[in-house]
Amino acid sequence: MTEGLTAPGAGWRRADGPAAEARGKRRRRGGRRGGGGEVAMVDDATFTSYYGRPIVKPPVWKSPDVPLYLFLGGMAGSSSILAAVADVTGRPTLTRVSRYTAGGGALASVVFLIHDLGRPERFLHMLRVFKPTSPLSVGSYILAPFSGAAAATAAVELLGWFPRLKRFGGVVSALFGGPLATYTGVLLANTAVPSWHAAHDQLPYVFGGSAMAAGGGVTMVFTPVAEAAPSRRTAVAGAAIELAVMHRVEHDHGIVSEPYLEGRPGALLRAAKACTAAGAALTVVAGRRRAGAVVAGVLLAAGSLLTRFGVFEAGLVSAKDPKYTVVPQRERLAAKEAAKLDGHASTITR
Amino acid sequence: MTTISSASAAFTGNDPENRLFGPVPDVTGQSGYETDHPARVGFFTDTSVCIGCKACEVACKEWNTLPMDDSHGVRDVIGLSGMSYDNTGQLGANSWRHVAFIEQSRAVDLPMPTFGRPGDDRRGSGPSVAEGENDGSLAAGQQSSVLNAEALSEFDPQTGQSGTDKQIRWLMSSDVCKHCTHAGCLDVCPTGALFRTEFGTVVVQGDICNGCGYCVPACPYGVIDQRKDDGRVFKCTMCYDRLTDGLQPACATACPTQSIQFGNLDELQARADARLATLKSQGVETARLYGRDEDDGVGGAGAFFLLLDEPEVYGLPPDPVVTTRDLPSMWRAAAAGAAMIAGVVISSFLGRRP
Repeated sequence: MTEGLTAPGAGWRRADGPAAEARGKRRRRGGRRGGGGEVAMVDDATFTSYYGRPIVKPPVWKSPDVPLYLFLGGMAGSSSILAAVADVTGRPTLTRVSRYTAGGGALASVVFLIHDLGRPERFLHMLRVFKPTSPLSVGSYILAPFSGAAAATAAVELLGWFPRLKRFGGVVSALFGGPLATYTGVLLANTAVPSWHAAHDQLPYVFGGSAMAAGGGVTMVFTPVAEAAPSRRTAVAGAAIELAVMHRVEHDHGIVSEPYLEGRPGALLRAAKACTAAGAALTVVAGRRRAGAVVAGVLLAAGSLLTRFGVFEAGLVSAKDPKYTVVPQRERLAAKEAAKLDGHASTITR
Repeated sequence: MTTISSASAAFTGNDPENRLFGPVPDVTGQSGYETDHPARVGFFTDTSVCIGCKACEVACKEWNTLPMDDSHGVRDVIGLSGMSYDNTGQLGANSWRHVAFIEQSRAVDLPMPTFGRPGDDRRGSGPSVAEGENDGSLAAGQQSSVLNAEALSEFDPQTGQSGTDKQIRWLMSSDVCKHCTHAGCLDVCPTGALFRTEFGTVVVQGDICNGCGYCVPACPYGVIDQRKDDGRVFKCTMCYDRLTDGLQPACATACPTQSIQFGNLDELQARADARLATLKSQGVETARLYGRDEDDGVGGAGAFFLLLDEPEVYGLPPDPVVTTRDLPSMWRAAAAGAAMIAGVVISSFLGRRP
């Protein structure tokens, strides 16, 4: 009998699509009959899907709302820490600039997050329960105190009122700043989106590094170079971390790393890398000159922004193509079967 | 007073082992219901007897007053998918049952093969008329039919004169929300809009949902979706309103072939095991249960299936895993990342001031 009956699925293939094409070719080649023509078809079919339709639903989050939220939240988070330490160590201009950056970023990120909701008027429902299993719930409890404290600190900085309260607000926002910058990595990774989930232990570091590059870069632009040394060091360290961990995201995960390298997200991430690397290099070389600091800071912020867009869009690509859902799961099953080889396992699909 | 928690069992203090995945004997009790709660209910969808009539889809739409949509979930649009009899296309906010149609063929070198039927995919399967011939000497049969096979090789098998080189079969399967033991949508919902009912099912409360959309990519099966003009998310409720009145869900009531069976989950599981054994004994070796295994990535599904081919053929993930299984590791990475930021920023202030 044909080899089809010994193949998985007893040789059944979809009646249209690649199967039909393979048959057509076979006929033109001159009448090799039966299973012979099907062999090539089996080789083509590295995975099967339901008419090429996605299995997991792509996120309904809007672009640019969510990538901008990721960027602004990160920038504000790292700036708030810069502000608090600059305040303690007596760098008044860096303190002021960092507080404005943190406050502005916090307010804008809240606006983008609420605008992304399907029912924005219900944004307070985010705070009706606390769920550690939901990164968005945890994130809401990070973002709410952070944005309140950071915005209030920036406001009193602007108005020049309540100096002691200002320092307190700055410390509160700094406490929540780090988690705000990294929880967004968990937010994306804790989904069934293949390319995000596979990188679940790396995205928080990518976003943390990216946040430092952005916060350091933006504060560097608006602070006199004599006071901006901490911004420069933070930005360069953040850029190095972002580039290093992003390299692992792009190469450690086999097929689900593909979306990070190809197409539009790949182009975005290549641009991000170029901006971040150039910004970091320029910071080291010319960061102590005004013009150099401005250009480097803008490049670093642009790199961070592009990273967020690139990672976001790579996730969308991986969710829309069933290949990225089926192939890794098949590999996982094969590994499980190989590890176990129990008779029972063959009857039940795991 | 009982507090019904919308958090995963791992965080409610009811589970000493702090599990985010794996089997849970009493998922309803673990959500905070008293011990006298109803038994966990579910669907067993036996695709081997599905005739693709879509009565389940219609009954669901009518009972739940779901709006019309096309095969991409676009509302109030008539759209043909152009790929099969399936113009529903997918599960989504407006389609809570979705009948998948898969037309398959396979090559056979038999002189008189049986005509394709679901499950009739093995030599000697079932009480087939042609069983005797199939089981006979294949080589002899092939040799004697060479002329005949050549002559008929261009015939369309669907005409019924399928004599030569192809068999056709149709797979039909009514897909639905799996009401997982570890439901990703439920775990990640930040508002508590998604909750576990006293029947062990997972339901969205429309007056709580604020449309954050987190559940949509969290579902490993791609079931739940956002209704764009409404903003909120919708999915199968297993007819929660009917269950509370002692009725069966609309789809199971409408199904004319008992392909969709509703009942207590443990009874359905026993029934499914028996059905699988029957099919296997009839030679349907590709039959398998999907979502039945409590050791799978979602702790077993409340709605499970008997399939006749690999899950991905039906648009189902072959090895779904609830995303929150890896959440502890993610939170550790986020905490370490936050500490890293603080450390880097603070150390950036060290050293000589210029």
